[in-house]
Order: sequence, then structure tokens, then C-alpha cells
Amino acid sequence: MTTTEKLLVSVNDLCVHFRGNPKNFKAQIIKAVDGVSFEISRGETLGIAGESGSGKSTLARTLIGINKPTSGSIKILGEEVSKYSNASLRPIRKKIQMVFQDPYDSLDPRFTVAQSIAEGLQIRNVPKSEISSEVMKLLSVVKLSNSLATRFPSQLSGGQRQRVAIARSLATKPDLIICDEAVAALDVSVRAQILNLLQDIQEQTGVSYLFISHDLSTLRYISKNVAIMYGGRIVEFGNSDAVLTNPQHPYTRALINSVPTLSGVREHRNRIIGEPPDPANLPTGCSFSPRCNESISQCSVQTPKLLQISPLCKVACHVRFPHAENEASEGGKNYV
Amino acid sequence: MTLKIASGDETSVMSLNSVSVSFPSGDGMDEVVHSISFSIGVGERVGLVGESGSGKSLTARAMMHLVPKPGAVTGGAIEISGSAISQTDSKLKWRGSEVAIITQDPLSSLNPLVKVGIQISEMLIQHKGMSKSEANVESEKLLRSVGFPDPVRTMKQYPNSLSGGMRQRVALAIAISCRPKLLIADEPTTSLDVTIQSQVLDLLEKMSTENRMAVLLISHDLAVVSNFCERVIVMYDGRIVESGTIVEIINRPKHPYTQALIASVPNLFDTQRTRLETIPGSPPTSGKIQEGCSFAPRCIRGTAICINETPVLVSNQDLQSQVSCHHPIEWGQE
Amino acid sequence: MSNAKHYLAAEADIDISSVSLSFSARAWSSIKKDKIAFLSVMIVIFLMLVAIFAPWFAPKDPLFQYPEGLSKIGAPQGPGSHFFLGTDQNGRDVLSRLIFGARVSLTVGVVATALASLIGVVIGTVSGYLGGWIESILMRLTDVVLSFPLLLFCIALIAVTGPSTKNVVLVIAFAYWTYLARIIRSQVLSLKEREFVIAARSLGLTTPQIIRRHIIPHLIPTIIVYSTLGVATSILIEASLSFLGIGVPLPQPSWGEMISEGQKYFQSAPWLLVAPGVTMIIAVLAFNLMGDWLTDLFDASTKVAQR
Repeated sequence: MTTTEKLLVSVNDLCVHFRGNPKNFKAQIIKAVDGVSFEISRGETLGIAGESGSGKSTLARTLIGINKPTSGSIKILGEEVSKYSNASLRPIRKKIQMVFQDPYDSLDPRFTVAQSIAEGLQIRNVPKSEISSEVMKLLSVVKLSNSLATRFPSQLSGGQRQRVAIARSLATKPDLIICDEAVAALDVSVRAQILNLLQDIQEQTGVSYLFISHDLSTLRYISKNVAIMYGGRIVEFGNSDAVLTNPQHPYTRALINSVPTLSGVREHRNRIIGEPPDPANLPTGCSFSPRCNESISQCSVQTPKLLQISPLCKVACHVRFPHAENEASEGGKNYV
Repeated sequence: MTLKIASGDETSVMSLNSVSVSFPSGDGMDEVVHSISFSIGVGERVGLVGESGSGKSLTARAMMHLVPKPGAVTGGAIEISGSAISQTDSKLKWRGSEVAIITQDPLSSLNPLVKVGIQISEMLIQHKGMSKSEANVESEKLLRSVGFPDPVRTMKQYPNSLSGGMRQRVALAIAISCRPKLLIADEPTTSLDVTIQSQVLDLLEKMSTENRMAVLLISHDLAVVSNFCERVIVMYDGRIVESGTIVEIINRPKHPYTQALIASVPNLFDTQRTRLETIPGSPPTSGKIQEGCSFAPRCIRGTAICINETPVLVSNQDLQSQVSCHHPIEWGQE
Repeated sequence: MSNAKHYLAAEADIDISSVSLSFSARAWSSIKKDKIAFLSVMIVIFLMLVAIFAPWFAPKDPLFQYPEGLSKIGAPQGPGSHFFLGTDQNGRDVLSRLIFGARVSLTVGVVATALASLIGVVIGTVSGYLGGWIESILMRLTDVVLSFPLLLFCIALIAVTGPSTKNVVLVIAFAYWTYLARIIRSQVLSLKEREFVIAARSLGLTTPQIIRRHIIPHLIPTIIVYSTLGVATSILIEASLSFLGIGVPLPQPSWGEMISEGQKYFQSAPWLLVAPGVTMIIAVLAFNLMGDWLTDLFDASTKVAQR
């Protein structure tokens, strides 16, 4: 049993639904996140993989309080925050910070580098006299020269901006940093620098990461555990090596088969047909069933639960757990 | 010895001979693409790889004579099927019919106010002189061949109601409608989901094989290029630093930049979790002609000569590969 | 300082990683190239100076009825060496009246627009950022005011308040804020979704802090542009009200009133109509063209800054 001390974040059956514009006079509910549960411990990196409509970005924004959960629980260091108002969330916000995808837009173009980072320091109530030195310290953590402190974002490269964004998120001394496709918009050679930097920071400070990416190779490199999201739910979860070398869920397999690898051979692996699902119009039962080449009749009827399939992995699939219905009702291996 | 490209060469679909692209600046012209030469054979799949500032997109635009003003092609010659195309040629009929292009964001190349069917038919009526009804029949066939199960319905839709992958397929249908000899695909899958990306690349491969259409795939993603192309050209700071067959480049890269690029890509199937090698610094953005190798400041093999003398593109014995480096990596004889 | 960088940046292939031109440098080079913009800015500056320093510019007293201003039979004099633009039916110097009229027009224009901007920005920002029922109420209020044609609304309000310079200012401000509120609201709506605003929210900044630091500074270009255009509109409205006799009360000279009087004497003393008419056209045109130039200037700068 994990103690509350080690457990940073504990999410249980989280749902985030939005009301969309009515279509054909019917109210539309967009089920961006539909029943997600996971935990993040101290010093750990959890990776979340998914494509469009998987709900991974909504999940990230809900964790930092931008979106409000519709139902379910979010516990930060043991404190239940899912129903908090903006005001009560303020002290919690220091503990979870986010680095965004777009290095060009996540910094205010009118703020200098130092000003952007200082905003984070102000949240921590760092006294004015110390702000300058703290900014310099943070710049050195992200390996940027002090001379850049007075520059504007438009004068920096994408990689440098992202380092500033990381420095800003470190300013509040968070326990968890959510990286929402933080390296996707960077050049390949710069990407590697940032990934290494993030690992170094983790070693130095013990901060945890929730790393969201569509790129499985990056996730495998940087995270210990990975969650594969599809249609607002987690369809597979476990140790990254295990999941990515021996995927159990048909979607995970298709995803891995689609990833281009650096080989000199034109490979023809099992491709996948169709498009990712529309969160406003999810298929009944398992949202992957229309595209799945292994689906059985149960798949379009009942949503599969995330169940433990091996000591290291969980999967939500009727084909892997044909008798899951019975197990679930007995409260069997259903992980909470 | 630089690679010679015979003019009037009928076996190449397109060849660039010392092409340069420049933009005006405070003091004259800044050359941002320096003297690029390469050729693409009939039905060949060639990849063009580079990061920000490499000039790969500008090269593609130059090939279509679509360099954004006030930039211009300031040197060299471009030939299509052996005949030179001039910048001042007002007809430009070859655009679309001989050479077509698809870009990263299909929504910006598709007209949101015009139905999909009309956009395809337009091409056929313009370039092939078809009548409206003939064009409609052909459009239907094209949409089916790019994977739409119900082409008639798709033809009546507007681009906004299609997903990213679907739009890219429509863009592809428009591009191949006139059976071009060469398709330039400029980062066609960068903004698409991974599963959709593999579908679109499969489709591209199918089109290329069926129609004997050459493809120039431009990407920053070496993995995508390696799965699709037979030959790869690596660009850095407006110059070609290395080119060769895919097998050569991936397994025996000769230029330090190529090697570093390969080493900095995390491998999905790597069990070791070897720490990613990084190239210190960032890709250059100066856009000015400088003597010396522009990669030298970041290169672990750099010496004095690298800073002072610009390396020349040199081919190996059988003209299979070229590298532009004072200290290329030597691989043992096979 | 290579322009190549800007174009290459637009290709999304290359970063800008060195100093981009400062705003004033760009403004200066732009105005050197654009003759019309240059002219319009000069005219605006000139008009402002004339308005501020009217007593020094005006050769004569605008209110005094000069006996030598009228001919022996009491007809107004045409433009000549004594009275540069002639006199009006009361013997007053047209040029001096024009100059003091400029003072009225520009004062009303600038103050009314400033007030309208203040109200419009506050309402636009609050409704755009907070949304919900606050936005609904404020926008419906805006719609109500907007549904009246601007001039008619002003006329109706003046009828209630009674004509005076102060009331003209208030009336124009009260009618014009709605245009700004709408524009500002839509800008705020899109600013709200920018990642740096979301980042500020996730840092834990309070709403007033976010609005003050991250939203308002980005609205300044819009405010400047629409204020410039607003001055042009205000000048026109003030002139219209004065033309109808319900604007700035006599004996204060006003371009509108001069036009109203001038049209009566068009046959015999055309300069009475032409002088204020042409001046007004030039003034309104100059402000509008300056507003256009500023729009282009700010447009280009946001494009460069964003990519």
C-alpha cells in the first residue's frame, strides 16, 4: 500500500464533460474525459499517450484547475480538490505547474524572460530583494545564460523559450510538472536537449512529471509508467517497457505499428483504419470497437473496465478479459 | 568532384543545378539556400530532411517557383524532364500538371468556401480540358482511390467538415488529379495523428507505385523519411550536407550532423534507455553567406579548416552518396 | 537586421532569434514610405497644435464683429489681405472662427473619445473575460444602444440634457462606447485562450492581476486605432449637432454652425460654406487615414511578434 506521503496525485473515476452546441436540436455532451483513474508518486514520471480526441489535454488542464471536473475525485497530496473553487485552489496551484506545447505562445510576448519567471516567484511570495537572484538561479538550472534575462520571447529560439517556460514552472517549487506535448513543436536536436534537461531536473529536485505526448518513443524514453488514452478513457496502463514491447490492447498495438522507426526498410506492419472518435459522439461500449479487428459482440455493448492483466500492466478490453463482467461485479481485480 | 547533372537529361523528372534562393536585406541580398543541386528520377521516392533554418521548405517552394516575395531564386537552373523552366515563364502550365505540391496544413490550401468536388474538378477542367461531367466522374474515381468509401457524398462537402486526415487525402486527390510526374510533399503528416499519418503515408506510397509518380518527401522526421524513401538528402543551413540511399545514411552516416541527428532520436524499441545524444546549441538562423562549414560551431569533429573553408559536396565512387565535410566519418570497407 | 528573417519566420521553418525592429523604428520607416500616411499625420499634428494654441494662431478675435468686415451695404467681405478667408454676415473674421472652431471640434473629439474608450474598454474587458450572465447583461445593453443610429441617438440625448459643450461631449461618449466595447470584447475572448493567459491562470494569479498584466497591454493597439477613428467620428457628430443648432451653443464658433450659416449665403458669399466645409473634410479624412496607417502598423507588428 502506498502511503499518502509518497502519493502526489490520486485520480479516481474522473469525468470531464462539456456541453457543446446543440446539433439538430439535441443537446450535445462532449465527453472529453470519461472515467479515468491513476496515481503519480513522488519523483515519478507518468506518461500519457493518445491522439486527437483522447482527452489527454483536457485531463492536463483539469489537473491544473483550468477545467472543472464533472464528477470523480482528484486528490493532491491527500487533499480532495475536485470541488474546490478558484480561490481555494490557489494554494494548491503552486504544487502543480504546466509546460505548454507552443513555445511561441506560452510566454507573454510583452514580458521579458526575467519578468515571466518572476511571476512564478511572486506566487511564492519571494521578497522583492531576492527575486533577481532567484531568477538567475533558475536560469542556470535550465542552462540558459544570464544575459538572456532581459530578452523578449521574440528574440529567443523555440528551445530557449521552452527552457524559460520550464524555469517559470519551477519558480513555484512544484511537486508535479505537467508537460503537455512540451517537446512536440521543437526541432529534433533541440528536443533531445530538453528531454535530458527534464531528466536532470528530476534527479536534482525530485519533481514528478506527467508527460503527455503522442510520440511513443519519447514516452518510452522518459517515463517509467505509461497510460494509453483513447476516447476519454485509459485503455492500457503499466510499465512503459512492458506496455510498449508487449502491448495488450488492440489500439496500443495499432499505435505502435504506426510509429515510424529509423530503419532502412519499408515496413508493412498492421495498419489501422478509420479515424479517432468524436468526443461528442462516442460509440457505445468500447470506443475503439469500430476500428478494432479483434472486436467481439460484447465490445459494442459494454464499456470494458481497466483490469490488471499482469503484475505490471492493466488493460481495458473485453477480448482480453472475456469474463470481466463477473469479476467486476465481485469487486475482483478492479484497480482503484 | 561535384555531382554532374546533364542538362536535357530525360531520365530525371526534376533536377536542380546550383539553385540558390535569396531575400533582400538591409545591405543587398541574403542567400538562404546556397547552390543546391540534386535530381529526382522517374518514380523515385526521395526524402529531404532538415530542421528549422535548413531551407528545405524554401527549396520546395523554389521548385514550384513559389518562393514568397520579395525572395527569389537567384542562381542556378531548374529543369523538368530535361527542359529548363524559367522564372519568367508566365504560362507555368507545368504547375499542377507536371509537378504538384501538398503542404503541412491542407486547410490553407483548400478553399473553405468551395465544395470538395468542385475543387478537384477545377484542376481537371483547367489542365486536362475535360468537360464538367467528365471531370465529375474522374473526381469520384480520384476520391475513391484516396480512400473515401462514399465519394459522391464527400464531393458535396466543404473542407471544414472534414477531419485533418481527410483534408490531406482531398489535397492529395487534387494533387494527383493531373497525374503529375513529381509530387512534392512538404511535411504532409506533421500535424496529423500517428495512426492517420501511417494511413496517409501508405496512400502516398500506393499512389507513387501505381502512377509511376516521383515523390519528394520533406520532413524534419528522419524516421518518417526512412520508412518511405529510397534516397535521402540532408540539409543544414541552406546547404546539402549529405545525401545517399536510405540504408547508407541510416547505417553509415558520413556527416557528423547526420550522425548526431540519428543519435538524438529516441528509439521506440531501445531497451537500454541510452541517454540521448544532443547537439549543443541551436540550428543557425543567420541567413547570411559565411565562409566555412556552418555546422562547425556545434561539431565535435570541428577543426580550424572547418571554420575557414566551406566544404564541398563530394561523391563517392559510384555516385551513390555525397557528403560535404572536411572530416567525414569513415566506415570500413564492406 | 535582415528582413529575410521575417519572411522565413512566416514559412514556419525558421525562428527569429535576434533583435526584431523596435516599434518606433518600424513606425518611422513605414511613414517615410507612405506619403499619404505622412501627410495625414502631419495634418493631425497641425490641427492639434492649432487647437491648443488657437489664440496665438488666430489673427483676430473670432467673436468681435468688425465694422470694416462688412461692406457699405452690410454684405460680408470676401477673402482678402485684411481678412484672409473673408468675413461672415456679422463681420467676424472667418479664419479666426475657423481656428477657434478647430479648438472646439478637437476638444470635443478627443475628450469624448477618451471617455468612450474608458467605458468601452471596461465593459468590453469585463464582459469578455468573465463571461456568463455578466457578459449577457452588458452585451444586451450594448446591443440596445447600438440599435439606435448614432446621430439620432445623440440628438435624442441632447434633447433630454439640453445643448452645451459639456453635454455634447457626454452624449457622444455615451453613444460611442458601444463600438469599442464590442471590439474589445471579441479581442479579449481570443486573448483569453492564448497559452500565456492560461499559463498565468495556472500559476495562480488572480483575475484582476491577469487582466491588468496580460490582457490590457495587448489591447492597447486596438484602443489606439479605434480612438483615432473615434475622434474623426466625434468631430462629425459634434459638427452635425451644431449644424442643427443643438450642439455647441453660440457664440462659440463651431464648424458645424459655420456650415449651417454658410449654406444660407452660398450664392452671395460662398467662402462662408467652402472654408469650414473643406476644413472639416480634411480634418476627418486626416484622422481616418492616420487610423488606417496605425492599423496596418500594428497588424504587421503582431504578425511578427507571434511567429
